[in-house]
Parts: sequence; C-alpha cells; structure tokens
Amino acid sequence: MATQETLRVDPDVGEVLLRVENVELAFGGVRALNNVSFSVRRGEIFSIIGPNGAGKSSMLNCINGFYHPKTGSIIYKGNRRSRIRPHRAASQGIARTFQNIALFKGMSVLANIMTGRHLKAESTLVENAFFLGRARREEFDHRKTCEHIIQFLEIQQYRKSIVSTLPYGLQKRVELGRALAAEPELLLLDEPMAGMNLEEKQDMARFILDVNRQKGVTICLIEHDMGVVMDLSDQIVVLDHGGKIGEGTPDEIRINPHVVEAYLGVKQGEEA
Amino acid sequence: MTFFIEVVITGLLGGLMYSTVGLGFVLIFKASGIFNFAQPVMVLFAAMFIAGLNQEFGIPLWQAIPLVALLMIGVAWVIERFVLRPMVNQEPILTFMATIGIFFILLGLAEMFWGSENRTLNVGIPRGPVFIGDILLQSYRVYSSIIGFIVVLLVVLFTQKTKMGRVLRAVADDHQAAQAVGIRLTTVWWVVWSIAGLIAIVAAIIWGGSIGVQPIMVDVAFKAFPVLLLGGLTSIPGVIIAGLIIGAGESVANVYLGPLIGGGIGNWFPYIIAMVFMLYRPQGLFGEKIIERI
Repeated sequence: MATQETLRVDPDVGEVLLRVENVELAFGGVRALNNVSFSVRRGEIFSIIGPNGAGKSSMLNCINGFYHPKTGSIIYKGNRRSRIRPHRAASQGIARTFQNIALFKGMSVLANIMTGRHLKAESTLVENAFFLGRARREEFDHRKTCEHIIQFLEIQQYRKSIVSTLPYGLQKRVELGRALAAEPELLLLDEPMAGMNLEEKQDMARFILDVNRQKGVTICLIEHDMGVVMDLSDQIVVLDHGGKIGEGTPDEIRINPHVVEAYLGVKQGEEA
Repeated sequence: MTFFIEVVITGLLGGLMYSTVGLGFVLIFKASGIFNFAQPVMVLFAAMFIAGLNQEFGIPLWQAIPLVALLMIGVAWVIERFVLRPMVNQEPILTFMATIGIFFILLGLAEMFWGSENRTLNVGIPRGPVFIGDILLQSYRVYSSIIGFIVVLLVVLFTQKTKMGRVLRAVADDHQAAQAVGIRLTTVWWVVWSIAGLIAIVAAIIWGGSIGVQPIMVDVAFKAFPVLLLGGLTSIPGVIIAGLIIGAGESVANVYLGPLIGGGIGNWFPYIIAMVFMLYRPQGLFGEKIIERI
C-alpha cells in the first residue's frame, strides 16, 4: 500500500472492511475528489473531516453508489468495484444517513424505521399482496426489531408521530434508526450532529458509540464539530479541495501542520 | 323525486368509472411523483389492441385480454427503461412533458396497428334496464361500476395492507433515501406502471362496451382530471369519493342545467365543482397537506 497508514494495535479493530483507492470524481470541470485513498477497518469509528466543499459528502456518495468515481476503485469486503448501484450497496450491508435529513416525510416514525427492513424481507410480492403466512410473520418480526431500535434511540413516545412534525434533532435520530434497521456492517453518517444543541449532540454521540461498541457496526462519519470528532474517532482522514491532506489518529491529526492550517485554523476562527 | 334519484345514482355509478382511471394516475403519482398525462390514452391503447386482436385476427376475447395485459406490462417496462430511468432526480415538470410524448406515441402506435375505425368491444356484461325498487337503472352501469369498485378495492388492499404500500410511499417521498435502504426504484416503477396498465384494461373493457372503441374514449378518460383535482393526487380513497361527487354532479348538471344553458355542460361542470372545492382545500379533499418549513 502506497499511503502512509498507521497500523493500530487496538485488538477490537480487525481487517480492512472498506478501502478507497485513488478515487477521482469530477462534476463538469470541477474536481470533487482528487486521488483519495484510505482504509476503514472493521469495528472502528472512522471520520472524514475537512472544510466545506472539501468533497466529504461526495466521498460518502461514492461509497454507497450515488456517485461513480471517474477513476480509482472502492474495495468493500475484499470485492473491488468501480460502479455499484445504491440498492446493491445497501444489500451488501452499507446503510447511511444524509446531511439534509432524507426521511420519508409523510410517514410515521415507525413506518420510516420499518422501511429500513426492506432488504431483510424474504417474502415475495405475491405473498405480500395476499398477506400470506410468511409475509405476516415477517412483518411481525420486523416490527419487533424496529421496536428495539426505537427503544434504543429513546423515541418511544414519538413512535406514531409523522416525522415532518418532529424537531430536527429527533428527525436525525429517526434517520439513524432507519439505517440501523438494516442491520448494516458499515454505517455512513453524513453530519449526524449538524444543527443540534449540546444536549442533542451528547445523546447522538452516545448512540453512535453504543452502535459501534454494542452492535459492532463499523462507522464512517462526516462531522464538523471537532470536539465530537476527536472524542469519537479511532481514525480520521482530512480532505481539502478534494484531496487528502492528512490521516491518522485524533492525536496525530491535532498536531498535523497541514490540517491545522487548512482546517482547524479556519474552524477556530469561525467558532469564535 | 324518483327521477332525481335515478339521475344521481346513474351519475354515481358513472363516477366510479372515472375513479378507476383516476386510480392509475394516483398510483403512478404516489410511486414516482410523476403526473402521467398518458394514462387516458393507455385506456384507448388497450381497448384498440383487445378489439383489434379480436376482430382482425379472430382471437377470442378471453385470450386477447391476457395478451394485452402482457403487452401493457411490456409497455410499462419500455417506459421505465427509456423514459423514466434517465429522468431520475430531474425536475418533475420534465418527466411530465415526457409523459405527454408517451401520450402521442401510444396513440400513434395504436392507430398504426389498427387504423382509426371504430370497433365494438363486448365481453358480455348484461345490458337492459333493471329496477331497484322504483328506481330504473341501466344494468350495464350497475355491473360495470361493481367491477370498477372491485378493482379499486384490490388496489387499496395491495397498497395499504402490504409492504408494497410502504415501499411506494417511500419511493414517492424521497428517491435517494429509498435507494439507500435498498429499494430498487426501477422495479417499483415497472410494477406500478404495469398495474396502471392493467387498470387501463379494465376501463377499456367497460367503456369499450358502452361507447365503443374510438378516440373519444380518451376524452372520457380525461374526466379523471377533475376527479384528481377534487380527490387529491395522492389519495386512493379521495379518488373514489371524488369520482362519486363528480359523477353525480355531472349527471345532475346535464339533466337539470343542460336544457337551460345548452348542452355539453357535463363536460366542464365537473371542473367547476373541483375548483370550488379547491378554493378551500388546494390539496384536494384527501390530498396530503404539504407542510413546508420556512
């Protein structure tokens, strides 16, 4: 491997689950991603950070198949692929949330989370059409799984609420719930704490940690709040103008001069 | 008074037929956010193929109808593959324009194969007057509205009581999120357009039997527009209720207002009803209220 990867000795962290290799992505003349490579190991919390427009969301979109890299490839669970369609990525165990909440607005919290079970359904359309035994049993099991998730995320009292009526922080939580319902191996979170107050952020951080520790889900997240990123992450990659400018553990990132210049400096100024 | 009740009931029964066409619109709109302008012509297309196969090739109706059902499923596939798929995440108005294109292409194809002559289509639904108490009705209307009602009921069960309903709503709400949970948009659209095609066959058979297979079928199918305006584009129950209201309104207007202001009022009076309702409920009777945060 050409890149300077720091090998970690953490016993919880296993083999490489996702490897992004020399990925390039362009929109018209604009280079969104420029020769980006990194690896996400099974069981870790991996963060992608960088200033606005650095290409972070584009990176997630490449991983789950919304965008197709112009060159380079993505190796997931040992399989190299350059183009994948989003529903295929989902069926391979990649779930995600979106920067601007993408919930099914007119549906209840429970129904939203139930859609996350879509790929777990085995019954056929015909069985469903007539609500035959297997379809009925499945629906029941899915419901049970979703109730667990609702409990886990502490949103019991909103179960029947229409999501568009809920406050922003709760919607973010429901979106996390929908992703969890798919029982993913790799969870992509695009700014899970954007627009939240301190308390909501703390809750969300706790959920993310629990998902990672208890359920063993590998997490790849984008976040602007540096405090959160430093606390949560095992590994961090830093993008700027579509290129990678740093990679390492939170401690390494903190003292990386490129990062401090490109990102932290700007960020501190903004937050003052 | 008996006469008035007859007029109203005749209208109600006719209205259910508008509901069946409206149902095709609603299904497609719910699943893809596309207003399928071509839905009315799908009715004529199906009717012309059934009648054509039957009369030109001597294929019995019980074979011609399943054949055309397969054809409609094929048409749905072609539309999904070559019209809808390239339009994913484009502005809805562009897809709407594309469905206007589909309208004329289907019309052209049907006329290319079968010419523009009028045909009959008779599947043996009983005709003649029937008395229910004192009230005189056409048995054809009674039977055809029962068929229409059953179709509506089946679709309601399919979309409300099965997982498919949730999938449809998910796709309609947010394409990207639907894909992210593993829903194949392309398959869902194909299924939905196929169902809309099958619904068009039912309408084709019923109207083919009453007005004959001729281009005017499209005009009748367009009566679904005020039904949609009134019922709301996203509501299946809305389409039924609105169909009944529009049907009764049209019938009453035709009989009682027609002689006063001249004929043809039945053609535009339904829009008046719909638009008066819309003054108070722009989203239609049962349409989802759109809450935008500002």
